[in-house]
Amino acid sequence: METGTISGKDKFLKRLSNRMGREEAPASVTLPAWSKRPQDKVLEGASQDELVDVLIAHSRAIHTDVVTSTSQDLEKFLQEAVSELGGGPIVCTRDERFSSFGLGNYLKQEEKNGSLHIWEEGSREDNFKIAEKANIGITFSDVTLAESGTVVLFRQEGIGRSVSLLPENYIAIIPKSTLVPRMTQAAKIIRDNQKNGQMPSCINFISGPSNSADIELRLVVGVHGPVKVIYIVVEDA
Amino acid sequence: MGIKISNDSFFERVDKGIKNDFMRQAVSSAQDRLEGRKSAITEEMGDWEDWRELSEEIRQHTLENLDYYLNQFAENVAKQGGHVHFAETPEEANEYITNVAKQKNAKKILKAKSMVSEEIGMNEALEKAGCEVIESDLGEWILQLDDHDPPSHIVVPALHKNKEQIRETFHVKRGYEDTAEPERLAKFAREQLRTEFMQADIGITGCNFAVAESGAISLVTNEGNARLATTIPKTTIAVMGMERIVPTWEELDVLVTMLCRSAVGQKLTSYITGLTPSPGGEGDGPEDFHVVIIDNGRSKILGTKYQSALQCIRCAACINVCPVYRHVGGHSYGSIYPGPIGAVLTPLLEGYDDHKELPYASSLCAACTDACPVKIPLHELLIEHRKDIVEKEKLGTFTEKVMMQGFGYGTSHPSFFKMGGKQVPFLMNIVAEGKDGGGIGPGPIKLWTEIRNLPNSKGDTFRKWFKKRKGGARDGNRDDQRER
Repeated sequence: METGTISGKDKFLKRLSNRMGREEAPASVTLPAWSKRPQDKVLEGASQDELVDVLIAHSRAIHTDVVTSTSQDLEKFLQEAVSELGGGPIVCTRDERFSSFGLGNYLKQEEKNGSLHIWEEGSREDNFKIAEKANIGITFSDVTLAESGTVVLFRQEGIGRSVSLLPENYIAIIPKSTLVPRMTQAAKIIRDNQKNGQMPSCINFISGPSNSADIELRLVVGVHGPVKVIYIVVEDA
Repeated sequence: MGIKISNDSFFERVDKGIKNDFMRQAVSSAQDRLEGRKSAITEEMGDWEDWRELSEEIRQHTLENLDYYLNQFAENVAKQGGHVHFAETPEEANEYITNVAKQKNAKKILKAKSMVSEEIGMNEALEKAGCEVIESDLGEWILQLDDHDPPSHIVVPALHKNKEQIRETFHVKRGYEDTAEPERLAKFAREQLRTEFMQADIGITGCNFAVAESGAISLVTNEGNARLATTIPKTTIAVMGMERIVPTWEELDVLVTMLCRSAVGQKLTSYITGLTPSPGGEGDGPEDFHVVIIDNGRSKILGTKYQSALQCIRCAACINVCPVYRHVGGHSYGSIYPGPIGAVLTPLLEGYDDHKELPYASSLCAACTDACPVKIPLHELLIEHRKDIVEKEKLGTFTEKVMMQGFGYGTSHPSFFKMGGKQVPFLMNIVAEGKDGGGIGPGPIKLWTEIRNLPNSKGDTFRKWFKKRKGGARDGNRDDQRER
């Protein structure tokens, strides 16, 4: 990868260092041990089932329906969610979890009917056209935050940013094992991945549909991003 | 636009604000709702004070090592192929940004909400360079369409407008024919801006927090426009104030938690987006990633008694509890940063000349200090400003100085003191009868006589009254009691 440019840095940082009474920035800084860590206590020791309950309760507050499903019933629940949101066209990520969760045939069928497109890197313009036309986008959640009803998506090959953004409706499939109490655990996972050399170019924390209160502070659900969102929590391992 | 948003004097601005009934109604109900939501969600945590202490520690540690963390951040962005420019002044920042636009031959630029871009007048610079700049945050888009009306709140910029006014703006500028229902207005904005996004050459965003260890920027949003701005255009530019940085994702977690809860009473906003430069060929997202880090007066605050003002995470919690903001509204501050934090920050960034009234636009009730999630002692900083204005800068008002000098002379010369006391009733009868009498109310006491009656001048002077009282008469007290 080509290294990017940095300009204006030395003079800028020297001014800062001088303001702070030193010649230059310290060579290394160790993060202090913070005196309080309230973030670790949130939902501490909760079981996966308890986390699902918290997720469901909070998702309601953010205008998001949650369906729970066994892995056998997943296809049925997904079809129901799709028809509730008005059916195709659908765009979904290229993610091997679709087949490992038994949705391979469903995807193939819909693709054959011309009502489903599986995202791929390819041409930007085509990707935008397809995702914009799609009525529903479907992705898996990589990490799921119970406290805030949030699905976390790491951009990887086949997992475009547009899928969860451009269609009017969005379905997130949440493997139960991805549930953690809150953003604290997701942040640790991101740091660990980074130490192993994996830093996705985009990490999205998505909590329900887009919204705005910019007009008279009245909540409008659905602005630039999806207008309706459904989560399907599926049992795994 | 710059930080300063009006050429009117402070009192002219306040006058306009106080007479704007809709705005005052909107502001007080907005304050109640935003503050109510914040209180509910922070009380539910049970240990809000622990969170505040942790957040303060994180912000203080980061500021103490700001040179280190900014360097680490820039190196990590560049390592991943992104470009970082450090700009001391608005001119330097705008020059870099317009150069990127020229290199990309950009015609259309879509912007997500960014206060620092307002601060440096970025839109005007890009427009001068021949680009069309479109605000995509719903509130900002409304203001832009309405001939660049300035924002009045840092989180809800069009707070001072009602839906009928917004409908009218959409109608006149974009031929909108539907009703004034917020849902309809928002849907119209979605359709109009989606078309614009599809043709955008560059997306420009702010940056809530940069993450030094990861070379990442983060965006905390609800509408999804910042995601569009970093998904569709081939080039993105993030502009950030130099203090908006955290060491790692773990501190980002804490500050994002505080920001979402304090700003809008949400656990997390609909979208928290972390972005690093992409190697390209990903099928969407930017192929070219720029970050512009802006000083614009912030470094002058470092190492001073005002340093804690740089802890600010722009949540507006102080604005939402301020009794003065409630009555005068955002435009009265004459700055893109209103409310208590605006009154602290604006004079620091721009000097006292245009903004010396702001530190006095406070009752020092300390509600702001209590509300602040990162524990900035806002009302104490306002007192520091007042001290500096009067003592160091010699910028007290002319009357204030003359009065102080006159008082000094009068009190040290008994004959003048006696005479002065006797003159007061006479003068008062001439100059002002108070709010019910339509007094002429000259400069120094106009603000008082507009809303109150001055006490009756027919009574005795204190010295006379005290003499009589010693003789056993207690009548003098009656007036006092009536006054209360």
